[in-house]
Amino acid sequence: MNAAVTSADAESMGSGYLVEGGRTLWSWLSTRDHKRIGILYAVAITTFFFMGGVAATLIRLNLIYPDGRMLSAETYNKTFTFHGVVMVWFFLIPSIPATLGNFLLPLMIGARDMAFPRLNLFSWYLYMVGGLFTVAALLLGGVDTGWTFYTPYSTMFSNSNVILVVVGVFVVGFSSILTGLNLIVTTHMMRAPGMHWYRLPLFVWAMYATSVVMMLATPVLAMTLSLIGLERLAGVGIFDPALGGDPILFQHFFWFYSHPAVYIMILPAMGVVSELICNGVHRKIFGYKFMAWSMLSIAFIGFLVWGHHMFVAGQSMYAGIVFSILSFVVAVPSAIKVFNWLTTLHKGTIDFHAPMIYALGFIGLFTLGGMTGLFLAAVALDVNLTDTYFVVAHFHYIMVGGSVMAYLGGIHYWWPKVTGRMYSETIARIAAVLMFVGFNLTFFPQYILGYEGMPRRYHQYLPQFQDLNILSSIGACVLAISYLMPLFYLGHSLFRGEAAGPNPWQATGLEWTTSSPPPEHNFHETPVVTHGPYEYCD
Amino acid sequence: MNASVPDAAVQQQFDDAPQQKDAAVLGMWAFIATEVLFFGVLFAAYVVCRFRFPLAFVAGSARLDFPMGTAETAILLTSGCLSAIALRQIQLDKARQSAVLLLVTALLGIAFLVLHGMEYHDEFKEGLIPGIRYLENGPGAHEMELFFSLYYVTTGFHSLHVLIGVVLLLIMAARTWRGTFGAHYHTPIEITGLYWSLVDIVWIFAYPAFYLVGGAG
Repeated sequence: MNAAVTSADAESMGSGYLVEGGRTLWSWLSTRDHKRIGILYAVAITTFFFMGGVAATLIRLNLIYPDGRMLSAETYNKTFTFHGVVMVWFFLIPSIPATLGNFLLPLMIGARDMAFPRLNLFSWYLYMVGGLFTVAALLLGGVDTGWTFYTPYSTMFSNSNVILVVVGVFVVGFSSILTGLNLIVTTHMMRAPGMHWYRLPLFVWAMYATSVVMMLATPVLAMTLSLIGLERLAGVGIFDPALGGDPILFQHFFWFYSHPAVYIMILPAMGVVSELICNGVHRKIFGYKFMAWSMLSIAFIGFLVWGHHMFVAGQSMYAGIVFSILSFVVAVPSAIKVFNWLTTLHKGTIDFHAPMIYALGFIGLFTLGGMTGLFLAAVALDVNLTDTYFVVAHFHYIMVGGSVMAYLGGIHYWWPKVTGRMYSETIARIAAVLMFVGFNLTFFPQYILGYEGMPRRYHQYLPQFQDLNILSSIGACVLAISYLMPLFYLGHSLFRGEAAGPNPWQATGLEWTTSSPPPEHNFHETPVVTHGPYEYCD
Repeated sequence: MNASVPDAAVQQQFDDAPQQKDAAVLGMWAFIATEVLFFGVLFAAYVVCRFRFPLAFVAGSARLDFPMGTAETAILLTSGCLSAIALRQIQLDKARQSAVLLLVTALLGIAFLVLHGMEYHDEFKEGLIPGIRYLENGPGAHEMELFFSLYYVTTGFHSLHVLIGVVLLLIMAARTWRGTFGAHYHTPIEITGLYWSLVDIVWIFAYPAFYLVGGAG
């Protein structure tokens, strides 16, 4: 497969889809090309990532001193709410599916575009409209409910900006639903001749599993948030205890979405890492079918575990036990994946290029995040650890250590394909290592803080926790630098990077058989697939 | 890029017309799955609230206009049947009949909305609308308010879907009349019909849940 299309070797910034279809701003804003839409998303989510990052910086600066002298309690609450809402719905959820998924999925299956190109563009505009509502709420004074909008605080006590944020998240939810729909239909209908299901790269399986979760979980969030808006606007009282409504019911609905949402964030990361690891050792993945089906099982079981967010919310003990057991069950397919990655690496010759460093970082951090998730899935331990920094550390290990590491690894790996240019490998490796170090420095102390009993979501804390908090804030500075670095060297590569050629990593996969950057409709002729992915050994 | 391509043509990303059609139909089925979960929240809330306050739900249901609700049900189911026949007609290349049937389907949808609007109007006069005009007092009034909350949110979102369906049906009727569709190409009619079935089915669950509680009638 690697031998194909090497003739168009004059690839540079000014070729392929980047110029075909027009060079004007409007040609980008009205494009139906999945590759361009992927880039529109990438620009938008990067903007939101740094907005959420500013909020995170404020939080860490405030927590240097135990007396919370920088931010008042109210401002602090608004800051972590903004951080949570932006990072979850405007960065993590769309990160890999809407950028890399959009760009790569049609290429990987040998299609000319997504099944519904106009719907794809429409999803991006929905995302932007949702973002505007959310930013408007910030400018009008912010919201202090936390990203979870728990009732009755969000409906009866907090300010009315809640409505704006709820509308924003509702709208961005439909962006995510429509992206999922598009990915599912594209995978079913648009595969090239010979590309049967067990020849799909694992990234495509990951996108498929993620899309199923997006389509079945997000509408539940949409309706639940509508009910919050209607309760504030019109007094509809389904969550209002004064009318006999039930605030706990809100938590059930919310987590019925928001737990699977964690899998919307981590499944795509698993897909990316599978590609990166196979390329990094130039080997076939160990246990392909197990890898594919474990992703679908994670997506399925992920729907059955939401109650583990509510062990102390007053649900029955028996419900707690069942949710606890089911939560342990999710660890099985997750462990299968980790062991298969390790077995793929075992006795291999590992090429430590930047994407591989991110992928290896992912395995370590995801494993630690997953293991501490088991602590929290045990009811007896959770009663002690819930609402402490242990929980904060746990989910940041999954979402930042897992998803963000994989996202950046993927960005580096496919950067030559997207732009046609190489980046500076040395500085990229430094950034990747720095990110791993900075991340652990930021969040490992928080495990200890949580274990020692520091509660989350307060702007002040007891003086005995100061040392570890300072350590965590120093780590956050390192992390911030490592996030800013790619902006510069990748930006530099856009204009000065050397031409990449179609397949700089000697990778398998259809996306590497076309030119870099690919032509507008991806392939000069429809590829015919004759073997599975990751044929590195043959 | 595709804007100037005539409807009947195959868009560039597809190999052929059957692939394009299958993609559209699968897309609509996937969207319907999403909608089921969207309304599912309300039915789940309904089960929880009714389990907790069975008597208030009987009392609330008795205040709804049962004959009117039944008439709406008959109208909506008839329209669903007509939209299916419209699809059959276009498959047989009878564009004019199909267009008329689609128009009648849309008109029945409008009739449904008008009747439901009249119901809302009467309930407003009686003071049964939570948050806007709710005049019930005494024991059980709050719990009954919960019943009406669910009733308005469910039927409100359903009516919104009916409205969208009516607009789609009118567009389809006009395009069919102009001869855009025929036996060779009628995917938009098919997926509009699928959507209209969703509207039907949500109502088939909503009608007994709200109008037929405790043998009301």
